[in-house]
Amino acid sequence: MRAGAKLGLILLLMPLLLWLGLLIIVPHIDMFLVSIRERIGVGRYQISPANYLTFFTEPLYLVTFMRTALMSILTTAITLVIGFPVAFYIAKVAKGRLQSSLFLLCLVPFWVSELVRTFGWMILLRETGIFSSFLQWLGLVDGPVEMLYNDVAMIVGLVYTSMLFMVVPLVTTMESLDDSVIEAGYDLGGSNLSILREIVIPHAMPGIASGSIVVFMLSLGNYLTPTMLGGKDSLWFTELIYSQFIVRFNWELGAAFGFMLLILSSIIVWAMLKVTGQTLEKTMT
Amino acid sequence: MTTADLECLELSKRFGDFTAVDQVSFSVPSGTFFSILGPSGCGKTTIMRMVAGFLDPSSGDIQIKGKSVLDVAPNKRPVNMVFQHLALFPMMNIADNIGYGLRRQGLAKSEIARKVDEALDRIGLPGIGKRKVEELSGGQKQRVAIARCMVLEPDVLLLDEPLGALDLKLREHMKIELKSLQAAFDTTFVYITHDQSEALVMSDQIAVMNKGRFEQVGSGRDLYYRPQTAFVAGFVGESNRWRGKVTRSDAGGALQLTTEAGLVVTGADNGRGLAVGAEAQIFVRPEAIRISRKQDELAHFENRMVGKVQSLLFNGAASRAILRSEANGDDIEVTLPQSGEFADLTRGDDLHFGWSGEQANAFAVEAD
Repeated sequence: MRAGAKLGLILLLMPLLLWLGLLIIVPHIDMFLVSIRERIGVGRYQISPANYLTFFTEPLYLVTFMRTALMSILTTAITLVIGFPVAFYIAKVAKGRLQSSLFLLCLVPFWVSELVRTFGWMILLRETGIFSSFLQWLGLVDGPVEMLYNDVAMIVGLVYTSMLFMVVPLVTTMESLDDSVIEAGYDLGGSNLSILREIVIPHAMPGIASGSIVVFMLSLGNYLTPTMLGGKDSLWFTELIYSQFIVRFNWELGAAFGFMLLILSSIIVWAMLKVTGQTLEKTMT
Repeated sequence: MTTADLECLELSKRFGDFTAVDQVSFSVPSGTFFSILGPSGCGKTTIMRMVAGFLDPSSGDIQIKGKSVLDVAPNKRPVNMVFQHLALFPMMNIADNIGYGLRRQGLAKSEIARKVDEALDRIGLPGIGKRKVEELSGGQKQRVAIARCMVLEPDVLLLDEPLGALDLKLREHMKIELKSLQAAFDTTFVYITHDQSEALVMSDQIAVMNKGRFEQVGSGRDLYYRPQTAFVAGFVGESNRWRGKVTRSDAGGALQLTTEAGLVVTGADNGRGLAVGAEAQIFVRPEAIRISRKQDELAHFENRMVGKVQSLLFNGAASRAILRSEANGDDIEVTLPQSGEFADLTRGDDLHFGWSGEQANAFAVEAD
């Protein structure tokens, strides 16, 4: 009987273990091994930190690396600032049918692929696009305006892509806040601002942290949006990894970059949790 | 006469076609414990929320210390509320919870700390300021919720069924405690509840509310012994009731009612002027009925019956028996005297029972 239960447990865990093992642990070990070898001749390799040294000595790599991190943090902050009132409205102000339809409206864009959504922004923002034509029609500008291929367009795209992942955890945590707690705040003399600061935000903190982590990770690892909407100067770190693997065929350096990205995102997430006083455990429930 | 702490004048609230509160007027004198008692959905919470400022009345006025507060936002009203589920702030510790309102008033930190400690002493929980909300028991949370309001020294404290979530034993204990807290803080309490014993035990004045209107306002004793409407008679305390037609009516207020089953009950209309032929209801309290083994002991009662003990409901001092009348098979609830005389009563025993006509309150049946 006990042996049978044990076998059942193993079988149940099998898909998870296979998924973790084959798609995450094994590739990462392999990547790590690739990243710490250096080619010293045709088909001859030796273990060395050369790839990591290249990363730290080449300014382009470091600058792109830091830029990607800062832009992702900025994207996360903007998404939070836009998503918070939206989530508050959905969770606390809207009632009944309006509530579910607003929630659905947040979800609808995600029924089409990210590629199509990004093309949507290109249609809006390009030189011959809708915004440009509209401004010309209004007479505000003389000629066509190019709004694509810069950092602003890229951040707009990233924020748009990640909005849902911020709104959903925020709505979930804010729904669990009892209305009477907010009323008690007003009753005891609280202003809108103090209630937001002392009651709503502390309550929503786990949602803010988990939404921010997800949005930050998605932005940091995004390849499509920065490539399509960003300009020549808005090089994203994922593009560097891509070019090392596919264009330069330098798997060793690409693998090292991949590892640096993993370390960077882990450090920033850890720091975010520390700053907000949350634990990963609390955030994930 | 001093001005009342809280006064409502012809207060009404309509939600679409539905009138939740209908022309209610009352005034609560300073330092009293005023309860609004009514079944759920009678509009009592609506009144409370209007006084607190979370709802705007459709018409009428609310005055606190003689000044209308209709244009005053909830966070500026000199009224505080203890919520049904207390609504303590789970993200703060106890001291921060109690100090919240004081911080909003912009008091100095040391002043806030002093007042919070004082409040904690007053509710008998000194030194728990650093604890978290979820570490407290139900009764402690209750007291903290009251202290959180009382540090602000409101003119009126509103309590919205705050004992509803507690278990019976604690509820009994908190009733006494609330009453003594009210005396200690010397503040006007307005308490709403659907539990009559909470209202009767604690209040100086009780308003019984039904379908958006006040049926009767008075002391607990008034409501219990001299109900003015059939609703109050039925809602406050237990009653045996009969319905029938008035068959005789004296100038002095005594009358006779004949039920459909043919039972004749003598009662009093207490000045409500029920005419012969009118549909009426008669209420008789179980403790107003005397039981006896001998018929002649009850000879002075206008109403006398014979019945068999149908069942015994033992409940300590409040034990009752249900008697089935021999004449027409009605079940009548009777309080058992605690003198030991009927300690050996068993099911199936024959008993004589009766009550005086004055103890039977008659009301006209209102057309629904």
